[in-house]
Amino acid sequence: MSMNHFSLPRLSVRFVPIWRRHFLVWKKVAATSVIGHIADPMIYLLGLGYGLGSFLPEMGGTSYMMFLAAGTVCYSTMNSASFEALYSGFSRMHEQRTWDAILNTPVTLDDVVLAEILWAASKSLMAGVAVLLVVWLMGMSHTLLSLWSIPLALLVGLCFASIGLIMTALAPSYDFFMYYFTLVITPMMLLCGVFFPVTQLPPLLQEVSAILPLSHAVDIARPLLNGQLPAHVMTHVAVLLLYTVFGFYVSLVLFRRRLSR
Amino acid sequence: MSGVISVKNLHKSYAGQNVINGIDIAINKGECYGLLGPNGAGKTTTLRLMLGLIGPDSGELSLLGHAVPGHAREARLRVGVVPQIDNLDPDFSVAENLLVYGRYFGMADSEIEARMPALLEFANLAHRRDAKIPTLSGGMKRRLTLARALVNDPDIIFLDEPTTGLDPQARHLIWQRLRELTAQGKTLLLTTHFMDEAERLCHRLAILDHGRMIAQDTPRALIAQHIGAQVVEVFGEGAAEWAQQHAGHYAQRHEVSGETAFCYVDDAQPLLAHLHENGELRYLHRPANLEDVFLKLTGREMRE
Repeated sequence: MSMNHFSLPRLSVRFVPIWRRHFLVWKKVAATSVIGHIADPMIYLLGLGYGLGSFLPEMGGTSYMMFLAAGTVCYSTMNSASFEALYSGFSRMHEQRTWDAILNTPVTLDDVVLAEILWAASKSLMAGVAVLLVVWLMGMSHTLLSLWSIPLALLVGLCFASIGLIMTALAPSYDFFMYYFTLVITPMMLLCGVFFPVTQLPPLLQEVSAILPLSHAVDIARPLLNGQLPAHVMTHVAVLLLYTVFGFYVSLVLFRRRLSR
Repeated sequence: MSGVISVKNLHKSYAGQNVINGIDIAINKGECYGLLGPNGAGKTTTLRLMLGLIGPDSGELSLLGHAVPGHAREARLRVGVVPQIDNLDPDFSVAENLLVYGRYFGMADSEIEARMPALLEFANLAHRRDAKIPTLSGGMKRRLTLARALVNDPDIIFLDEPTTGLDPQARHLIWQRLRELTAQGKTLLLTTHFMDEAERLCHRLAILDHGRMIAQDTPRALIAQHIGAQVVEVFGEGAAEWAQQHAGHYAQRHEVSGETAFCYVDDAQPLLAHLHENGELRYLHRPANLEDVFLKLTGREMRE
């Protein structure tokens, strides 16, 4: 009789009004949000790109600025989805009790969690487009292949939103998220080839890097911005999708458990 | 009369503790049904089980003919909920809260907009249509939450402590609205800690304690059955002593709590005459009410 927390997600189109709700909230702060999306990568690109770049004539076969641009597309989208899934998601679930209100309607928790992931991924999409705009405006990349980094941003968003929601489901309070950012997101940024090639790492760390999702995103993004087709693109996409599915299922099970108490 | 909510032999436990311990409830269409009980008695858990938000360990639940939790989604299409804790969207205006909530029921924006004036009118919020939620008073927020629960024109409305924390004016307005809803033929299921609220609004009510239903009837029948017609409260220094010596003689039943003796009587005249003669003790003569029933059945100890 008891509801099974481990049953597979039952998806329905009822996630759409929830996504629209998040979008309507976002629209009210859109101006500041867009400025943030553009300013953040610009500061990195200008600061690190010009500053560090002047000492490094070339990295991985391109200018350091270009090298960094590909990394920034990925880390910026990762950050967007992570912040949304953790802080904003927790606020909606716990602080504002938005989820409780929604769950009293014909919407189920499965719809709510799906909407969270899709919304966080939408934020990533915006972040990805913003970085790409900066890259274009700065005249760094002109190849049409770089447009593929837009769907990539969506995929990276789905992946990190799903994983991030596991933390949200486990979190007793906002403080808990510091661990995730310090122990997962920051190392990911440093180990996955955002600022320097993974080949510079000791072999053991290279192996760690190979299983982290951000590496796979960077391996797709970097050739794209340089006008090349990425190698093993299917493998990289499959890894990101696997993380997404894993994160969605595990977080859903944890949310079901948490909210049934 | 037809049943719209049916609960049979419901059980639910958390971490080995029985929270709901074999409850049966049948609620008819158009009825206002109250769930009373001390904190932790299982009222909110019962509501959540009925809505299919949590699954029972055993027992049968049916809501508007749909088996719950299996078909809770279909059932909730026709249900409105006023939760205990406010969960309006603080980023939205009054009107946006209604619009966004209606969409969760699959309603078209035009459909919700068409209902909007009546809902705002019902909530006395027509003049605050574009106000932000943080600028509303507690009573306004409650009324908006009630209007939000009506956005889908539900057949049943669940209300979990709808007037907790409101001032008397705000409470009376909510009561008036709830009576209007019953007059329209809506079924109401409400939990409350206010006995006067339950007595005024509910056609029938159940008292829960430790996950069991310990009484169920109309307010009047419960009072008649458990208390009798009238109560004389005798209080002040010496009341306890007085009760020990005299109360048994004048009252069918009496009870001492702190410095007050509660005397339950069918005819208060002999007792009142005695107290008047005595002159030392202060007293209050009043009709028996639901609170007397509640305290008799659930005891006077604090539940914390």
